[in-house]
Amino acid sequence: MDAIQQAFVVESRELLQMMEDNLLQLENSGGDPEIINAIFRAAHTIKGGAGVIECRFIVEFTHVLENLLDEMRAGTIVPDRALIEVLLACSDQLGKLMGCVESDAEPDEELNQASRSLREQLQRYLGAPASASKDVALSEAEVQAVGGGEMETDNWHISLRFGPDVLRKGMDPASFLRYLMEFGQIVQLVTLPDAMPAADEMDAESCYLGFEISYKSDADKARIESVFDFVRDDCVIHIWPPHSKLADFIASIESLPEDTMRLGEILIKCGALTQNELDLALDAQSDREVDAPQPKIGEVLVDQGVITPEVVEAAAVKQNKVAEKKNLESQLIRVQAAKLDQLIDLVGEMVIASAGANMLAHKSGETALAEATSVITMLVEQIRDSALQLRMVQIGETFSRFHRVVRDTSRELDKDIELVISGNEAELDKSVVEKLGDPLMHLVRNALDHGIESPQVRIAKGKPPRGTLRLNAYHESGSIAIEITDDGAGLNREKILSKARERELIGPNQTLSDSEAFALIFEPGFSTAEKVTNISGRGVGLDVVKRNITALRGSVEVESKEGQGSTFRIRLPLTLAIIDGFLVGVGKASYVIPLGTVVECIELSEKARTETNNRQYINLRGEVLPFVRLREQFEISEQGGKRENIVVVQYAGQKIGLVVDELMGEFQTVIKPLGTIFKHIKGIGGSTILGSGEVALILDVQSLVALATVQQNRLQSAEAVKV
Amino acid sequence: MGKSAHRNIAIKEDMTIYNAAAQKHMLLEALSGCEELDLDLSQVSEMDTAGFQVLLLTKREATQASKTMRLTAHSKAVTELLDLYNMASYFGDPLVIPANE
Repeated sequence: MDAIQQAFVVESRELLQMMEDNLLQLENSGGDPEIINAIFRAAHTIKGGAGVIECRFIVEFTHVLENLLDEMRAGTIVPDRALIEVLLACSDQLGKLMGCVESDAEPDEELNQASRSLREQLQRYLGAPASASKDVALSEAEVQAVGGGEMETDNWHISLRFGPDVLRKGMDPASFLRYLMEFGQIVQLVTLPDAMPAADEMDAESCYLGFEISYKSDADKARIESVFDFVRDDCVIHIWPPHSKLADFIASIESLPEDTMRLGEILIKCGALTQNELDLALDAQSDREVDAPQPKIGEVLVDQGVITPEVVEAAAVKQNKVAEKKNLESQLIRVQAAKLDQLIDLVGEMVIASAGANMLAHKSGETALAEATSVITMLVEQIRDSALQLRMVQIGETFSRFHRVVRDTSRELDKDIELVISGNEAELDKSVVEKLGDPLMHLVRNALDHGIESPQVRIAKGKPPRGTLRLNAYHESGSIAIEITDDGAGLNREKILSKARERELIGPNQTLSDSEAFALIFEPGFSTAEKVTNISGRGVGLDVVKRNITALRGSVEVESKEGQGSTFRIRLPLTLAIIDGFLVGVGKASYVIPLGTVVECIELSEKARTETNNRQYINLRGEVLPFVRLREQFEISEQGGKRENIVVVQYAGQKIGLVVDELMGEFQTVIKPLGTIFKHIKGIGGSTILGSGEVALILDVQSLVALATVQQNRLQSAEAVKV
Repeated sequence: MGKSAHRNIAIKEDMTIYNAAAQKHMLLEALSGCEELDLDLSQVSEMDTAGFQVLLLTKREATQASKTMRLTAHSKAVTELLDLYNMASYFGDPLVIPANE
């Protein structure tokens, strides 16, 4: 796949997404012309792009689609549910065809068959409208067939403006055109009478005509030029070979007397330019003349009998829209993800290096040097933040993809489900977003299938027949939380427990808290669904979800009330690369605690130390605070100093204390992954390099919190037994 | 003859540069005196670009004045040139295409 194809695929996929969103909106809000226009525009641009990369199978497919959308735009076809269904299928099909472009393959028979059958369905709609509008459709189809089917870029393009004296000198433009036809084929020709003045001033013996010609020939440029030898002095001639450079072409067009915009439309019509190329040109133009009045393209189109005035109105809106969209786009730059990654890697190294310099400067005792390095450190910090910001994307885009999923799935299941999205603007790292898609999809489908009941059941239970699925995202102590909430049946605790006993995941007499019981559904092969549907329930799934989320250093939990619904909550770190850390020391070793999780630091007094020798919790302002002694946890032999401190950390609403010797302050940390042999060590999330070159381990607060909570529960239940 | 709503004019001579100036004058004159102008072109055995421009001008003036101008019974020469210039649809008149050609 070359660069152009890649650009095409990327752009088209975005357009397809837009098209799908708009189709769904259309379904909900009826035939809003703006939306129909947007859909048409998307299809049109895809077709244009496919033409450029000479991808015939996409051009052919999109062509019919575009015709139908055009009819919708003109109002002759009113979209109903069935049609939208077909259009959605078409957008899916286009997605699959893009896949072929991506993998550099021709579509297989199955895919071709699908294309054909969809085209037939579209054709059926096209066949339906009254005859008056049919003519319009046909004439446009012809024009487009020239543009799309014939591979416009394979043709020469000739632009002629005859001088006024040509006729008087006994030369007739018609004869040049006839001569041209002797060794080539005029594919399309547009006559431009624009230069003709008002009737009084018009001299019947002067020539006022210009021509734009799309010309197919094997002859070389000299041969074609020779046709016009006799009129060379009285005539403006431009000849572009096939596949000419767009920029040259546009520059020449602008030098012609006619309005660029109008000319552009004509050029598209005769197949010299694609819409894409014109948009580019217009974009360039609008950069120069901001207040350029909208010209008369519409008139041109009507004059040529191609489209009806109503369509022109729509097209004018479109032109504005295109201009707006292009403006917006020009504010964005596409950058390859790999380049960004490299930048962030470098920034990471810089963070380490600057920490080292800072430390040495302080050690040297030279105030000026220390000051200089601390300024550098501050700047590096800012660079790091902006570099990471570059990778941040809003989660809204990921969420909005689920409109379609919810719509299709609920229809398949005969349920009535509304999707409510909030927290769209919460940002997180792009690499996290990418990996989030699958788990999220799984949880959503799960909620749709098992969570929300059918309307009948809901009515019987006294709930509104329409179920609600909520997607929400928010930031919480250095991580992002994503909630998938349904108002469905909720989890059945007893069912889960009996299933777990059956599978011997828990002992027959073991009692579990609600959250422990619900956590069982994330065990491999665990499904309480009685029937297996093709949406979910095959028992592969929630364990995979959990595994994927854990791999991202995140966690997933579930809350549920039977009969009222469940909430799945995914927590993820904002970024995978760099964190703000809190450096602590135990013995000689240093550890980094992610700063976002640190709530407070308190001193563990001598008195408290003796008191807590046998137990794993303290009284923190009347609250029970379980804690973990890092010295014991990591089996550090040497004894620390007299003082010990507790760092109170919080994860997922659970607070615990970490007992350490020394508090060393904030520290920027580049996370270096640990090798696979360390994978199973509980409580360690990664490593980092200190300014001194020493290695510090990064604590995995999530697993430490889990550990402390379990320990405390055990102790408490042991105490309860004693009593 | 006062202003009449409708006029028929049959052009009997060639529509070439030699007659263009006179024909321009004649056609514009005719147009100003009526609402609908039908041009019978069946006897136009030759037409060049100058002639074509006269038709184009007349059509444009008619459209601007919200009048109607129709070409009827195009001769072969007329059809050929309109086709070459791809302007048949601009005039928007039904063309009779002989079956034996």
